[in-house]
Amino acid sequence: MVITADTAPVTRPSDHLAVDLDGVVKSFGTVTAVNGITLQIRPGEVVALLGPNGAGKTSTIDMVLGLSAPTAGQVRVYGRRPRDAVALGLVSAVMQTGGLLKDYTVEETVKLTATLFGRGGGTVDEALERAGISDIRRRLVGKCSGGQQQRLRFAMALVPNPELLILDEPTTGMDVGGRHDFWTAIREDARSGRTVIFATHYLEEADAYADRVVFVRRGEVVADGTAAEVKALASGRTVRATLPGADQAALRALAGVDSVEVRGDTVVVHARDADAVARYLLTRTDARDLEITSRNLEQAFLALTADDATDNGSSR
Amino acid sequence: MTTATPARTLPPLGGFSPALVGLELRRMLRNRRTVIFTFVMPAVLLLLFGNNAKYRGTGVGAGNVTGYIMVSMAVYGAMLATTSGGAMVSVERAAGWSRQLRLTPLRPVAYIAVKLVLAMTIGLVSVIVAFAVGGAIGARLPVHAWIECGLLAWVCALVFAAFGLFMGYLLPSENVMQILGPVLGVLSFAGGLFVPVDQLGHVFATIAKFTPVYGVGEIARYPLSHDGSLWLGVLNVAVWTSVFAVGAMWRFRRDTARV
Repeated sequence: MVITADTAPVTRPSDHLAVDLDGVVKSFGTVTAVNGITLQIRPGEVVALLGPNGAGKTSTIDMVLGLSAPTAGQVRVYGRRPRDAVALGLVSAVMQTGGLLKDYTVEETVKLTATLFGRGGGTVDEALERAGISDIRRRLVGKCSGGQQQRLRFAMALVPNPELLILDEPTTGMDVGGRHDFWTAIREDARSGRTVIFATHYLEEADAYADRVVFVRRGEVVADGTAAEVKALASGRTVRATLPGADQAALRALAGVDSVEVRGDTVVVHARDADAVARYLLTRTDARDLEITSRNLEQAFLALTADDATDNGSSR
Repeated sequence: MTTATPARTLPPLGGFSPALVGLELRRMLRNRRTVIFTFVMPAVLLLLFGNNAKYRGTGVGAGNVTGYIMVSMAVYGAMLATTSGGAMVSVERAAGWSRQLRLTPLRPVAYIAVKLVLAMTIGLVSVIVAFAVGGAIGARLPVHAWIECGLLAWVCALVFAAFGLFMGYLLPSENVMQILGPVLGVLSFAGGLFVPVDQLGHVFATIAKFTPVYGVGEIARYPLSHDGSLWLGVLNVAVWTSVFAVGAMWRFRRDTARV
């Protein structure tokens, strides 16, 4: 790179974190939607924000997009204020619902977006093509199905060729086929190296499409790991037994044990190798009433996001 | 920097552009209700009220009664048009479109500018339609009055663009014009567009002078009639424009503060 005498600082998007949330809090009156989230997302990551409704996913996304300001903490997108990053087209989003005018045609809607970003007609054709809606470009938005409208939102989001694409519950209300088509388009797009953050409460979506999964519950990050780690979390089984005075340290030392929990006389062990745990408990301790249950992602998710859950099983 | 991406710059004028106005205009004209409200209705009312031989033969100032009614209907049409234009923000807010626009470089002030240009454009069309119909049914005005009345009817309708914006931000309704249509009807009646205010009795005529449509009508008809008090009309328009503009600004600020 040639060093020039340009006095303006040269900021390259790749020098920055895509998203940098630092102790972000968002309160609405007495309700705290986001309760101190610190999260760093590097360029090129595909991140799922997973959590039940009301976990604070949308509030977090709104702040990343500059649609609302944090009550406390700081949000940076490619080293800039969110509003500036949005205006420069560094980040764009596919929102959950609304945001379309039914009197416009599909093509006009994308054209309007391109006009605002100062992009030419080629951008419009490309966005329509990549979102798979070239064939319905002359259709009025009001006559489009939910899935088609969602792909139109996707086309609009592609217009500025953003470094970061944010999807807020993008497949809500779509049928299975529509969901599949939508994700195929997104996955195709992510191959170009775009950073993608999507909020979802569909576990399969997080599992199938994200490199990294961030579990959010009651406005806090309760787990954050790679998709592989999430899978490991789900692939384990739970061994439960009655064992007064269990030796937690010894149990934790066993191979393949993820977590150990003692509730009164009951000991609950999450492990990838449940058989080894069972063998240990039955041969080396006085454990009785032993039961082994498999633990799928659904249960892992529920355990992590349910209000009365303890923060165990976290991958990090 | 990504090579495929053109330089990331902000658009000039905060995103305001003729192309944007063009797209918005096309969308507005696609709405049948808007077209009927703003172009067809004033013309039909003009045909109903102004199209008879007695009015054609009766003089008002330098023209005839048909011409007088024509100017009133042009004011009415321009008012409906500019109000609809301003009130578009209500529909767009309800649809979440305003929020979507916040994900673009469009500045809120540029958005308002687009709405004002749009409102004034269809307001102009509405005046032209009324004048074309008036000309066809025998409205008679001196040449300078055709131009001056038309321009004044159009320019003064800016009051109602501000009114439309204010109401658009105030009423988060999809059908805001269904509320504003009758309101404008009552205001037009009170303001002397359908019946001259002095035919309504003394008390009513006095009240009428304080309503927002009165001033616009008085000013627009002045080049033709040269009666009535012009300064009262100007004062009326100035006050109401300020009221609506301040109201619109107040709601607009609240709206953008939520960002």
